[in-house]
Amino acid sequence: MLDFFISTILSNNIALTLILGMCPLIAISTNVKNARGMGIAVVIVVTLTAVINYPIYQLLVLTGTTDLSLLTFIITIAAVVQVLEILLEKYIPSLYSAFGVYLPLITVNCVVLAVSQFFVTRDYNFTETTVFAFGSSVGWLLAIVLVAAIREKLTVYGDLPKGLRGRAIVFIILGILALAFSGFAGLSF
Amino acid sequence: MKLIRIRYTKWYNILKNGMKTNNPVFVAVLGICSSLAISNTLPNAIAMGFGVTFVTMFSSMFVSMFRNFIPAKLRIVTYMIIISTFTIFVQKFLQAYFPDIYASLGAYVGLIITNCIVMGRAEAFAIKNPWKYSIIDGFFSGMGYTFVLVLISIIREPLAFGTIFGYRIMPENFTVWASMGTASGAFFIVGLMIWLLRNWAKSYEEA
Repeated sequence: MLDFFISTILSNNIALTLILGMCPLIAISTNVKNARGMGIAVVIVVTLTAVINYPIYQLLVLTGTTDLSLLTFIITIAAVVQVLEILLEKYIPSLYSAFGVYLPLITVNCVVLAVSQFFVTRDYNFTETTVFAFGSSVGWLLAIVLVAAIREKLTVYGDLPKGLRGRAIVFIILGILALAFSGFAGLSF
Repeated sequence: MKLIRIRYTKWYNILKNGMKTNNPVFVAVLGICSSLAISNTLPNAIAMGFGVTFVTMFSSMFVSMFRNFIPAKLRIVTYMIIISTFTIFVQKFLQAYFPDIYASLGAYVGLIITNCIVMGRAEAFAIKNPWKYSIIDGFFSGMGYTFVLVLISIIREPLAFGTIFGYRIMPENFTVWASMGTASGAFFIVGLMIWLLRNWAKSYEEA
């Protein structure tokens, strides 16, 4: 189980090999602090929704309505995000002020829906689903923090051509990171 | 004369917005996930592009038809439900008529729901405009997206597999660039394309 966990973080990193969750990764990776906030919020929401969606999917299988799984998953995700936002605002205001702004954005982060889809297509059991959800969201956190750290340095020391500034260079950074992470494919435990 | 006057109509502006000035992938950098993951072969790119176009068109139309009944606080959830209905439609259509493409697209078909282009057009255009303009806006945003997907995959497929549409076009002794078929190749191609486009359009952004 540990090697499965590590492989979802490194060799099968969800952002750098499956290219998921790119919109927020590009938009919010301008500095490390925001990137970390967004990443942690994603870890919480992805793990929570996968754990909730798994039993709901079993219920859909029982009633023979798996065609509606997409619709169900997205409603669960929207509901979890909304409830989490309300609870945080009410009971842990300090945490809300740190992560609250990122929460509504997460509904449209494709990592969340993708993880719920992958446990269906890959036939994971409940433990595997939980480990997979946690591992891949931690992998996403790692990717966004790495990109943000490189971008922070680049804005200070980098002397880039005009056209490359902004988003274009983020893609080049991501490309190099993806090449580097493909080196982890040879890891074995 | 009619041809000149068409430039100033709302229809023409919507077209220009979707394809050029506001191209969802290159200018607004939306819908990147699927456009990168899917564009390693041309058939995948075309299927995904048409899927997104269909979903954007009809969800924009429905959002704008119901725009007077959607409460402001619940609008995101309402978009989600409308969009996922049409996405399930596309998913089932591909599964029934193009099983090979469905198998290679896999989970990405379902991810049309979270494609920011669809949600973006609903929020930015459809909620404020009548349905006949919304459907056209959705169509051209989707077409702009398809155009970019095809452009990327035309570069990636020959380099990664030596083929276009499954036909071999590269010489026999050409060594395929394996990384072009994976994530890193996609990132490099899009990065370079944005660079070229920014230089060509002379529109730069700060830092």
